[in-house]
Amino acid sequence: MIKSTLHISIIRTLRGIGSRMIERTWRLGAGARLFFLTLVYSGESFRRFNLTLREVYSTGVMSLLIIIVSAFFVGMVLALQGYNTLQKYGSSEAIGVLVALSLVRELGPVVTALLFAGRAGTAITAEIGLMKTTEQLSAMEMMAVNPIARVIAPRFWAGVISMPILASLFSMVGILGGYLVAVPLIGVDDGAFWSQMQANVDFRLDIVNGVIKSIVFGVACTMIALFEGYDAPPTAEGVSRATTRTVVISSLTVLALDFILTSFMLEV
Amino acid sequence: MTPNIVEIDNLSFGYKGRVLHKGINMVFPRGKVVAIMGGSGSGKTTLLRLIGGQIRPSKGEVRVDGDVVHKQDRDGIYKLRRKMGMLFQHGALFTDLSVFDNVAFPMRELTDLPESMIRDLVLMKLNAVGLRGAHALMPTELSGGMARRVALARAIALDPNIIMYDEPFAGLDPITMGVICDLIRTLNDALGTTSIIVSHDVKETFMIADYVYFVANGEVVAEGTPDDLMQSTLPFVHQFVHGEKDGPVPFHYAAKNYQSELLGRVSVK
Ligand SMILES: Nc1ncnc2c1ncn2[C@@H]1O[C@H](COP(=O)(O)OP(=O)(O)O)[C@@H](O)[C@H]1O
Ligand SMILES: [Mg+2]
Repeated sequence: MIKSTLHISIIRTLRGIGSRMIERTWRLGAGARLFFLTLVYSGESFRRFNLTLREVYSTGVMSLLIIIVSAFFVGMVLALQGYNTLQKYGSSEAIGVLVALSLVRELGPVVTALLFAGRAGTAITAEIGLMKTTEQLSAMEMMAVNPIARVIAPRFWAGVISMPILASLFSMVGILGGYLVAVPLIGVDDGAFWSQMQANVDFRLDIVNGVIKSIVFGVACTMIALFEGYDAPPTAEGVSRATTRTVVISSLTVLALDFILTSFMLEV
Repeated sequence: MTPNIVEIDNLSFGYKGRVLHKGINMVFPRGKVVAIMGGSGSGKTTLLRLIGGQIRPSKGEVRVDGDVVHKQDRDGIYKLRRKMGMLFQHGALFTDLSVFDNVAFPMRELTDLPESMIRDLVLMKLNAVGLRGAHALMPTELSGGMARRVALARAIALDPNIIMYDEPFAGLDPITMGVICDLIRTLNDALGTTSIIVSHDVKETFMIADYVYFVANGEVVAEGTPDDLMQSTLPFVHQFVHGEKDGPVPFHYAAKNYQSELLGRVSVK
């Protein structure tokens, strides 16, 4: 009797894992399909670029404040921590390099992407999910207007465009925050701060690579947010779950992608 | 030109193994108001989606203006859809656009009309539904009945040959219901379109329909003019038309024996 209950519970667990795997794989396929269709129907987003610009404006502006404020604090903390360690080795002038490299290579793209997922990503998922729930997407289809071309693609390109801009802004504001802590507050030499930074930050290796990262994150975060909204069950509960999933999946994807991209860029 | 603008021929469809339609036949003559009636969940909305080509039938076909819907490619479907206007159950207005921009949407997306002409057309369409004065409002500022009238103005924006209404009366107060009722008939006759109404409101539907189909259990169980159906002795039609709570459609969802369940002889899961 006991054995057979155990048996049943093992079978049930295995079955559960199996069906979850199938569902995940299916969703991955569906996501890839939406990505592909988005690229195919992107013509309109460029031909009528004001559609895309409007979305750049709304996603960008939405994330602007949170990104500036976070960047400022991140930069200040970097300077404090960096100075604390560097001065032990008598190289506190390198603080500018440390702050700039950390921001441009890693923190700028990654933290921006995480904030973007939480702010703009959730908004995109909720908006698309609600458009689906209230049959706006169906209505568009019935009007012979393709919702992927008209709604999904402009938002996708808007995300891809705004992410590197926001990440660059993050790095700039972060450096400013670091400067304010290092130079006026701690008393590191002003000239050394900037000249070391200039000498040691490479345009291609550091800045371009950082921008590449944030473009990749932009593709991932925006596509995940769009897919979750597009695929959400058309109910209030479905949309709210999808919104949560956007944050979780985007964050994990960004961190995983960051590891992969970094390992390629550093040629380990 | 075929006499019937829409023909549904032996149509079958189901979601994930659950059969919804089993060989449905219907015709929609040009210029008429035809209603499809049936209980909630009987697949009426799905039928409209089949006519619009959003889903494919598993058997049979829908012909619009002589063309088989599910045999069209994407461009073909879009060309057919331009002959149709659809009023969704809750209006489905674009919430980020004003009333004016909602009605202008199909014109801007699908035609090359200059903005000045679009403006005149939009105001004309809004005037037809009595909401010209509301053109600057946002959809969230509208009542349910107003939203549906704006959606109607949007559905007729490009002068379709067919207008499909999904539950146009559901959830409206009696006055608004009367307004929508009048609008459907007036627009149908003024624009020379064919109207397909999906509804479960007997009184309003019978007032404006020329012909009515009843669907139940995936089949057309009765059809005829409203007058014929009022006289019908078919048990289902009688129950539906007269709103009796028990009949061929039982009041109780299938359940175990009530007495034994209360007495605890059957475990309640
Ligand atoms: N996309 C879908 N996937 C699976 N089942 C669906 C879907 N859409 C509708 N259904 C089911 O099909 C049945 C008929 O739906 P519908 O055509 O909306 O009925 P009606 O409009 O007559 O109330 C319902 O039981 C509904 O749950
Ligand atoms: Mg319905």
